[in-house]
Amino acid sequence: MADIILDVSDLNIEFHDHDKPETVVFDFDLTLEKGEIVGIVGESGSGKSMSALAIAGLLKRHALTKTGRIMFDGHDLLTCDRDTLRSYQGDEIAIIFQEPMTSLNPVKKIGWQVEECLRIHHKDMSKQERKEKAVNMLDSVGIHEPEKVYNMYPHELSGGMRQRVMIAAAMIADPQILIADEPTTALDVTVQEQIVELLRKLNREKQTSIIFISHDLSLVSRLCQRVLVMNKGYVVETGKTEDVFKRPREEYTKRLIAAIPKIDI
Amino acid sequence: MKKFFDNIFRYKSNKKINGYMVAGSIITGLIILMVIVGLFYMPYDPTKMDSSCKLQGISLKHIMGTDNMGRDVFSRVMYGSRVTLLIAIGTVTMGVVIGSIIGAFTGYYGGMLDEVLMRIIDALFAFPSILLALVFVSLFGTGTYQVIISLGIAFVPSFARIVRSEVLRCRNMDYIESARLQGVPDLRIIFVHIIPNTKDTMIPSILIGFNNAVLAEAGLSYLGIGSQPPYASLGKMLSDAQSYMFTTPSYVLSIGMTIVLMILGFAFLGEGLGKDKRG
Amino acid sequence: MEDQVLSVKKLNVFYKNRDGKFIKKQTRKQVLFDISFDLKEGEVLGIAGESGCGKSTLVKTIVGINKDYDGEIIQKYPDPQMVFQDPYGSLNPAKTVGWLLKEPLRVDKNRKWTEEEMNERAKTILDSVELPENMMERYPSQLSGGQRQRVCIAVALMRNPKILICDEPVSALDVTIQAQIMNLLRNLHDKLNISIIFISHDLRVVYQISDNVMIMKNGRIQEYGETKELYRHPKAEYTKQLLKAAGIRGSI
Repeated sequence: MADIILDVSDLNIEFHDHDKPETVVFDFDLTLEKGEIVGIVGESGSGKSMSALAIAGLLKRHALTKTGRIMFDGHDLLTCDRDTLRSYQGDEIAIIFQEPMTSLNPVKKIGWQVEECLRIHHKDMSKQERKEKAVNMLDSVGIHEPEKVYNMYPHELSGGMRQRVMIAAAMIADPQILIADEPTTALDVTVQEQIVELLRKLNREKQTSIIFISHDLSLVSRLCQRVLVMNKGYVVETGKTEDVFKRPREEYTKRLIAAIPKIDI
Repeated sequence: MKKFFDNIFRYKSNKKINGYMVAGSIITGLIILMVIVGLFYMPYDPTKMDSSCKLQGISLKHIMGTDNMGRDVFSRVMYGSRVTLLIAIGTVTMGVVIGSIIGAFTGYYGGMLDEVLMRIIDALFAFPSILLALVFVSLFGTGTYQVIISLGIAFVPSFARIVRSEVLRCRNMDYIESARLQGVPDLRIIFVHIIPNTKDTMIPSILIGFNNAVLAEAGLSYLGIGSQPPYASLGKMLSDAQSYMFTTPSYVLSIGMTIVLMILGFAFLGEGLGKDKRG
Repeated sequence: MEDQVLSVKKLNVFYKNRDGKFIKKQTRKQVLFDISFDLKEGEVLGIAGESGCGKSTLVKTIVGINKDYDGEIIQKYPDPQMVFQDPYGSLNPAKTVGWLLKEPLRVDKNRKWTEEEMNERAKTILDSVELPENMMERYPSQLSGGQRQRVCIAVALMRNPKILICDEPVSALDVTIQAQIMNLLRNLHDKLNISIIFISHDLRVVYQISDNVMIMKNGRIQEYGETKELYRHPKAEYTKQLLKAAGIRGSI
């Protein structure tokens, strides 16, 4: 058994925006081992992004109640104080989002944004070290001429390049966990493939554990070792990717798989 | 019936009572009620002078007192509110109609028409609307209808801008494209397909417009170029009343309060509608 | 040939660019190069490619939204109809579904429709897109994404067009809803004998419905042929890449 680095149990998330509280995630359990890629699949409104945001500690503190435990590094991220949470965010647990067009600040240079995490969590680093590290990171996410891109602004890059920058910014502090929330949905298929390949490479080289959220089953089946299927806030099925997709037990999983267009060649 | 009230007085998002809407409706309702009653019945003839009871305070006989010529202030307020409301409605209607047409065409067609008309609008914008109205009043002369036309023209630019930006937003939406594919003529697209979609922005702006119109009219009358005596609007009455501010405070206060209430009512309505949209 | 409903010959399309900061200079940029194809009666033509490949520009030119082109577009029947990608932007939020359905009939230049005829027609079409009659009074904001897309299809079908153009009609929908809409399109195609141009970036979806497929890149046709043949034996390098990226040659 490899080390379990993240242990989420009985996570419930409840909204209070309306008169009646509304539960959006029920009894979510997840254990993540070091160097593992876990996929969460489900349709819109299934609660997959909510669970991920909760793990990253990004859910607003008001208007929500969360019960359960999210154990990381001996701390429960749900109950620990703000400073502890802040010290993990970005440094140990990083997240990338779906929309590469809005996830980067349009008035800041790429280099500045990639370094941001170091500036906060590794204050002892010199400016020169930071830049060196950022350029290296840009290089390792497959950006040509990283020195040049370092001084560019987001609008000068294509969607695929921006997503690479996002990944670079997320990975710069060598986090233990990378949460990828539909990172390829807004991209073209061939670019999608490149990003997936990049995630695979980072996972292999740095032993980063990845939580990969997507509605695209075929993508998840190619990338992830384990998979959770979510529907309406419940985890309906979980297991090894191969087992779940080849021999689905639950009705909902079967329906999801049946909905993938079949190609009979 | 209950559903109707719920639709108006509760937020759509969380079904809580919309306080702004309730307060705005009550205040505006009272003002309108007063004006409507005034059409059929007034305690005194608002123009009838009575030298025996000048500048009286509040009493049961004259609930807002009398003015310097012995006229009943309440009756005059009823009448003046009618004039002011008429001017406000006329002004805003004119601003909205002309502004919408200009805004819709410039927004939809763009190009040269847009450039030329918008530069004219910009030029008009450069003057404060009260100053602009003054210029037009000097052209058209004084009187209730002249004031409506002058203020109306002064209000056109802001409405034209609002409508134009809304039309620009809608123009490239897929549903307009698909209407075009169905062979819907341009004019029908503009006025049947696009304009109804501007209502969320327009209704609050119209209510704010009412306020500005009431204030602008009061300002013009105060300067002595609004509606002419003896058929005075609230603004004109206020300017007459200020000389007696210390001798008979009830005179000036009752007129001032009526203006304040009128504006507050519209402001609350506008706020309530805006709040609902934001949820 | 007689049974062609649409024939495009040597189509070149241009976009106007407005450059310059203070004084606008107009430059013409070519976005489509030498596009030729025929659409037969009852055929489903799939057009696949990545963003910026010109597939949307192509159909916009065909329906007459883009006017700056040279080459020939010969249409046997007037006004082809279109279904758009974003179900949230393609229905007018200020109107009820019933109103939207009747609008194409109200502006019909060929005949005058009475109110009863319009209602009758709207009900028939609603039924054929598998929506209940009580949808007529609802506003688009009260519908789900799948329902909206059904309404869009219904609106497009109101005047019985011979060509239906679907621009990424399922890309914004969940997979299970996607499957339902694809089924619906197939059924409608069989029932109405309508020709469909189906645009998608998703090669799996295109495969499901198309008789012929056209692969586009940078404004040029990369490969054009019968669907199964093209998927089995892709010739162009780009097609192979796309198929691989879509996971069609390889895993599930």
